[in-house]
Amino acid sequence: MADDTPASLQTAAPDAATAGSAADNLRRPASCTELFRVFTRLALQGFGGVLPVAHHALVERERWLSPQQFVELLTVGQVLPGPNIINISIILGDRFFGWRGAVAATAGLLSLPLFIVLTLALVYQRFADLPAVAGALRGMGAVAAGLIIATAVKLSRTLKDNPMGRPACYTLAAATWVGVGFLRWPMVWVVLGLGSVGVALATWRIGGVPPAPPSPPPKLPGSPGPTP
Amino acid sequence: MIAPDLLTLHGLAWTDLLQLWLHFMLLSMLAVGGAITTLPDMQRYLVNQQGWMSAADFTTSVAIAQAAPGPNILFVALMGWHVAGLGGLVAAMVGIMGPSSIVALGVGRYRQRRADSRAMRAFTAGLTPLTLGLLLSTGWVLTDPTRHQPAAVALVLVTVTVAASSKLSPMWLIALGAVVGALASA
Repeated sequence: MADDTPASLQTAAPDAATAGSAADNLRRPASCTELFRVFTRLALQGFGGVLPVAHHALVERERWLSPQQFVELLTVGQVLPGPNIINISIILGDRFFGWRGAVAATAGLLSLPLFIVLTLALVYQRFADLPAVAGALRGMGAVAAGLIIATAVKLSRTLKDNPMGRPACYTLAAATWVGVGFLRWPMVWVVLGLGSVGVALATWRIGGVPPAPPSPPPKLPGSPGPTP
Repeated sequence: MIAPDLLTLHGLAWTDLLQLWLHFMLLSMLAVGGAITTLPDMQRYLVNQQGWMSAADFTTSVAIAQAAPGPNILFVALMGWHVAGLGGLVAAMVGIMGPSSIVALGVGRYRQRRADSRAMRAFTAGLTPLTLGLLLSTGWVLTDPTRHQPAAVALVLVTVTVAASSKLSPMWLIALGAVVGALASA
């Protein structure tokens, strides 16, 4: 079940063009209780990330959202600060039932999983002295690290559509890694500093300014520039 | 050791709890691209600056949260729990979710009335590279306690290769990590 969901997430974008007419068939939850129940169920199915399961549940099973609406919601959830899936549950819950809906959806997402995580932590505490258990956790930690790096690799493919152009994007990403990951500077200054540069550069490029000089970090003379 | 001192804050003062809450509120507003991107700063703050938990405990909290079903954000709950019991859990979770939730509520309502696509696009495009850099930092920081072990490095490399080039469920890779880790230490 978990294997096929990323694929269905990817088909969301092509489907989106035809989704407008399908919007009439959309349902909506009957109550905050149903909202809570659906979000609890999708949270419990999400091992190593809830997003693919959320797409399956909200778009394909419950049909509360068209694929187009889901993609838009996901974009907003990612751009806003805070946990993506929490942002999605808040915005969606609020759309249906106001702040009560936001609370119901978020509570559904967190309550039972929180209980499970704490139970796991307590069980782990009891058996942490066993070398095999400690080793298993170390191995899972290494995989967790690899999964996150792989997510960055996958997402880097979307940079080709970025109006700043790839060289500027890679420079900003590398600078962020050096500052936060390697030099261990406080994130607040790195994000405020490099984030302002990025948003300013993107605003300028989107604004339709003709490609006069190459972008700020003049690394390669033949850099692609702002051609789409 | 965790269970008995549910309400004792593990020897931390109430002012420490307040600091924890304030720092996680700050991180909440900085978490562009998901809470996981604030992980390097959480480690810098909890492990290096305050000394409230060890690097190994830190990575273990993330691993346990990843192994359990549900949103990844629950690793924050485990860290709070580890640092100061139930009080720490509440301080960390309310901190990391509070400010961003209020912003999400406001933006969601604003968008329903009027979508300002150009400013939104510039904002997304400008911050996407930072999101990637922060994800790389997160992966880097999580390998802190195991970077000197060849088996762990191999696990990281295999995971990156497989996960980046296939749609295999993360569950299987997590399971592989558990088996390899258990065998390597037995």
